[in-house]
Amino acid sequence: MSRRIFVTGLGIITGIGKNFPATKDSLFQLRTGLGPIRFLGANLHDEFLVSEVKYSHEELFGLAGIQETEGYSRNALLGLIAAKEAYSHARIGDLPGYRTGLLSATTVGGMDRCELYYQDFLNNDTRNIYIDAYDCADSTEKIADFLGISDYITTISTACSSSANAIQFGARLIRNGMLDRVVAGGTESLTKFHLNGFNALKILDKEPCKPFDENRNGINLGEGAAYLVLESEEMAGHSGNPVLCELIGWGNSCEAFHQTASSPDGIGAYLAMKKALEMSALDTEDIQYINAHGTGTDNNDIAEGRAIEKLFGAEIPKVSSTKQFTGHTTSAAGATEAIISILCLREQVIWPNLNFREQMKELSFSPVTELLRNVDVRNVMTNSFGFGGNDTSLVFSKFIK
Amino acid sequence: MPAFINGIGLISPQRTAETPDFLTEIEGYFSDYLKCIEPSSYKPYIDPILSRRMSRIIKMGITSAKMSLADAGVSIPDAIITGTGLGSVEDTEKILGTIHLDQPFLNPTPFIQSTYNTISSQIAILLKCHQYNSTYVHRTFSFESSLQDALLQIDEGTASDILVGGIDEMTMNHLQITRRAGHWKPEPVNNLEMLAWDSPGALAGEGSAFFVVSSRKTDRSYARILEVRTIYKPADPGVLNKRLIDLLSAQSMTPADIDLVILGMNGDNRNDIRYFQFAEENFPGIPQAYYKHLCGEYHTSSAFALWLAANIIKKQLIPPIIRLNSTERKPIRNILVYNQYYNADHSFILVAG
Amino acid sequence: MEELINKLKKEVIQQLNLEDISAEDIDADAPLFGEGLGLDSIDALELIVLLEKNYGIKIEDPKDGKKIFFSIRTMAEYITEHQKH
Repeated sequence: MSRRIFVTGLGIITGIGKNFPATKDSLFQLRTGLGPIRFLGANLHDEFLVSEVKYSHEELFGLAGIQETEGYSRNALLGLIAAKEAYSHARIGDLPGYRTGLLSATTVGGMDRCELYYQDFLNNDTRNIYIDAYDCADSTEKIADFLGISDYITTISTACSSSANAIQFGARLIRNGMLDRVVAGGTESLTKFHLNGFNALKILDKEPCKPFDENRNGINLGEGAAYLVLESEEMAGHSGNPVLCELIGWGNSCEAFHQTASSPDGIGAYLAMKKALEMSALDTEDIQYINAHGTGTDNNDIAEGRAIEKLFGAEIPKVSSTKQFTGHTTSAAGATEAIISILCLREQVIWPNLNFREQMKELSFSPVTELLRNVDVRNVMTNSFGFGGNDTSLVFSKFIK
Repeated sequence: MPAFINGIGLISPQRTAETPDFLTEIEGYFSDYLKCIEPSSYKPYIDPILSRRMSRIIKMGITSAKMSLADAGVSIPDAIITGTGLGSVEDTEKILGTIHLDQPFLNPTPFIQSTYNTISSQIAILLKCHQYNSTYVHRTFSFESSLQDALLQIDEGTASDILVGGIDEMTMNHLQITRRAGHWKPEPVNNLEMLAWDSPGALAGEGSAFFVVSSRKTDRSYARILEVRTIYKPADPGVLNKRLIDLLSAQSMTPADIDLVILGMNGDNRNDIRYFQFAEENFPGIPQAYYKHLCGEYHTSSAFALWLAANIIKKQLIPPIIRLNSTERKPIRNILVYNQYYNADHSFILVAG
Repeated sequence: MEELINKLKKEVIQQLNLEDISAEDIDADAPLFGEGLGLDSIDALELIVLLEKNYGIKIEDPKDGKKIFFSIRTMAEYITEHQKH
């Protein structure tokens, strides 16, 4: 049985676009989603820049194509919109009878409603319908029911690497012969809960973030949802779907250093990238571009930078972080940046760091600082490194029959 | 490929931690929910400098993980995979309690501890384990997904000894909120009278169970895990029954080969009727058991059931307190655990000697 | 100052959940981080919250914490200098 995993569908909604075409357009226009908080509501911390999806809760129902209903979190709506796009792209509904899974990732779950209604939960019965919408599984089940997927569903939460882990687990379920295709990715809406939390950790930037810059100051949070459709080679033969690219490797390692920091030399990042490379059966010089996790924190960028140097030695590929476009979409970041990486392969383009000024003194390389077109990109590595040290790297490759 | 359970650590509302006894003493409660009997001190398991900032669920998780590793004679596992439906409820509540205030002084500690993957990653930090690490957070699929990932790794040959856990906690505050959603009995109940109730609402509980799941059989092995299956919203009981037959056929078995079925009835009569129906249709006349009167209902309670199944196979003894009928089967070779959540999230775990 | 130092010791113990330690165990001049109490970066952030909540003093850049939180005495001195009345 073939072990090849093909990407045949994409769906995304972020601060730079309500779907894949809009996202692609924004990226080519070098348009960022960053701005002051507009949709989250009255908030202490509106001095921070965030990348919100530019639609209200009510408008998201419209985008999802469903009636405004009680019991839906913003998280679930974002997930519905993106998963539906991927599902339609791969024509899953037109090809019934194949074993289909949904692997969705989130950390906030329905917290956007829960934090609004928590005092009601404690004191009255007016918002009871949102009580069960709080957990991580809720958005996954709403998406599953919406799309009619039931053969295998589950939810993953490993902080900022969550959706990357959804993708690798989905790929493994296919490779193991349990499923023919999966919708895999994640969703995360902005909440006061995690905005306040990241602020308590003092790692938010009031300016646009500057990953890998000597004067970087932290993260800009974002929100969004992104999903890929993965098919086995056999399934792709049945579906006849155009293959967008191939997922050829993944690596999951744990930093095992500290709950909120990587070790100075980024051992977890190094091992995750190394495992992904080994599984891909590639040498370091076969990777033309790394879409870095690159959050703009002191700690991540130095750990990731050193890990890249250690793995790639003198021949470091082009590196950039695209978090100034979409913000850091936390649980959705892995899938969001997978889609950007796939776009790099399809368009032979590499997106830059937007606000880069000065190389870090600890590193021997700088990120890409201008949009590069007509680049020979054959293999892209994309990194997602989460709190707690949950590190995952994925490698996508240009499709060759 | 076979997967062996080589070590277990369980902290539960019964005396299951720090004892070699297997349910010789049963704890009866008249309470709103079943609360874990924790070790008298966490100092033997966790350095006080580290445990001081850990909430209860994290201490229980780390401790039961260490217990399972010691039980298996494994120092560092090849992977750590955790399932939790709600994560740290206590830490989340600390934050939610102040979020409506104009000036919430948000402490970083509860925020960090509130992330679902914190247990899995804190175990890795303590063990300095850089290997595969993941967390599943899907209601009563959380533990099963973790097991599924572990079994895949054994088949893939990427790991030999995998630490797999199922942990959930309850707090009075969370109970009161979820009582509004109709999940629980409205008043305190006596857990040992579960079969006599005939009313909606379950008995809530909590627990922390870790297993060392391995590709290798050792002299410490309890049992083998043959299959884990999750079934989402089967259209009718017939579909569920068919999935059961498929699962058993994959192991060249039929229902007649099952020596014990462990069922997840939880005292909610809207739910429990499905278990009785399932057992009647598929396993009439074989030993049947239940377990949630001992640990309560929580998203990862099937981990408690797996602890039961593993010990029953190893000791060849069914504790009387879990029996639903008096049918005997000797030897007990094959056990099926069946659990479900509001007819949406159904799961099977097939365990063998 | 001594009164503030004693008060601070108790507050630090409470904020950082140092269960086994009493005020008498903490030397006002001993380093809080690294050796001794073994505090880490999360504790530094907790101390920032303590300063804001109990003394109304806001520290914007966590990097300033290194000097301020060197010892209980340096904390007390900083508070005395900056506290709003």
